[in-house]
Amino acid sequence: MELINTVFIAKAIIVGIVFAITLGVAAYSTYFERKIAAFMQDRIGPDRAGPFGILQPLADAVKMFMKEDFIPANSNKWLFIAGPCLSMLTALMTSAVVPFGDTVTIGGATFDLQGIDVNIGILWVFGIVSLGVYGIMIGGWASNNKFALLGAIRAASQNISYELAMGMAIITILMITGSLSTKEIVEVQQNGHWNIFYQPLGFIIFIICAFAECNRTPFDLPECETELIGGYHTEYSSMKLGFYLFAEYINMFISGAVMATLYFGGYDYPGIDFVTQQFGSNVASFVGVGALIGKSLGFVFVFMWVRWTIPRFRYDQLMNLGWTGLIPLAMYNVVVTGFGILVGKPFMVSIAGLVLLIAALFVYDQLLVKKKIA
Amino acid sequence: MEISNIWYFLSALTLLSALMVILSKNPIHSVLYLVFTFFCISAHYVLLNAQFLMAVNIIVYAGAIMVLFLFVIMMFDLKKNIPESKSSLTKLAGSVVAGTLLVILIAIIRKNNIPGPVLEKFNSQTGMVENLGQVLYGEFLLPFELVSILFFVAMVGAVLLGKREAGERNF
Repeated sequence: MELINTVFIAKAIIVGIVFAITLGVAAYSTYFERKIAAFMQDRIGPDRAGPFGILQPLADAVKMFMKEDFIPANSNKWLFIAGPCLSMLTALMTSAVVPFGDTVTIGGATFDLQGIDVNIGILWVFGIVSLGVYGIMIGGWASNNKFALLGAIRAASQNISYELAMGMAIITILMITGSLSTKEIVEVQQNGHWNIFYQPLGFIIFIICAFAECNRTPFDLPECETELIGGYHTEYSSMKLGFYLFAEYINMFISGAVMATLYFGGYDYPGIDFVTQQFGSNVASFVGVGALIGKSLGFVFVFMWVRWTIPRFRYDQLMNLGWTGLIPLAMYNVVVTGFGILVGKPFMVSIAGLVLLIAALFVYDQLLVKKKIA
Repeated sequence: MEISNIWYFLSALTLLSALMVILSKNPIHSVLYLVFTFFCISAHYVLLNAQFLMAVNIIVYAGAIMVLFLFVIMMFDLKKNIPESKSSLTKLAGSVVAGTLLVILIAIIRKNNIPGPVLEKFNSQTGMVENLGQVLYGEFLLPFELVSILFFVAMVGAVLLGKREAGERNF
């Protein structure tokens, strides 16, 4: 009984810390989004609240809470409230299986720096991602607004379409690792054997799908202002709107953490053996946590970079890319990876497959696509 | 807490939400209660230590099929399309038939004394992904492949139905 209690308390502390880090990063992502946008557009950005404007997220939160909380007259009241709650819930649940670090030994007891290590880890992520659409759909429908409903339906069809390609990209990771557990996926990648080298094409597919699943530019059609006013959150105000926007930033951070786990070695970093020898394994583990969070923040930056660089897709282009672009590519990737495992040289074969694909596309482009004559 | 208490609580929750699916007036509420029912069933899978089935149940049913259900129902104009309430005679007849069926099913189960699982043969790891994969791709390979062909045919059929050809000849 005593042991169960210690494990329970340790897990509770880990979950609490992960929760706090996620919320903190999401809050400061809003600030950095505005700073990066300002930098790219040659402006200064928020600089009034505190030095360099670092208190801006606090000011935003106060503003969100102070605004009038409005519920439209003919809306479905309970579902209207449930929408943003569900969005937040699904955004926060994913991080349970992300391994934030290796084991830490305190007072003779060893703790995993991970919420739960289940042997279906990556399927859990996939399941929660597929549930993320409920918050948007319920909110959009309950608003009793045609534009909100259109935005919600767009979001749902987009998420369903891109889940397929995402699942196929994950399958290749499973083929290499031979396990669904996120912990094992990371352990296979230790000492620089990161999956990105074995799965460059899979990573490209996965990151595009991650953009689509997070409803980020260039796939932010659910909230396309020029066509839909505000998208699924047209009728939302105050902290309910805040929850929707906040859930998007949480999703960005968590999807960054998942990408780091699947493709960039998780908590692996160069020189891990040196740190272990010099300072002990506990310090090495904590540096690993820092490495994982750093990688996730790097992905968050890529999300923002793309947002302020690339314009939005048209809706038919989005569907075309998902169904006729990414899914066949993902299938090709599965075949190439299988061949690589069969031959016994996954690295060589994956690079050869990528080169072959680019060459084939180039030849196809040269030979078959009719050139427009100016 | 006893594990059987969790089971009773979950079962009550499952039955309650399943009842709410057919009792609620709003179709959207019905769909959401159905999603909740699927979650309860997934929780039962967790109690049986079948984590893979739990995840697949959530991904396939709650994540894909029910989203499409919601999709279709949201397209309706609910104020126009509320189905007319059946007459009380129909309701009575339906309850009698359903009640009789329930009694018959319970009687069959009680009469036949279906044997419970043998504790000595019970293996808690049966539901794990590795064991499930071994069984599916070893012992039951042929049925598994046949099911996948069936799914493939169904997919082709769905695409064929969804795609309208130019001209007169439509399926």
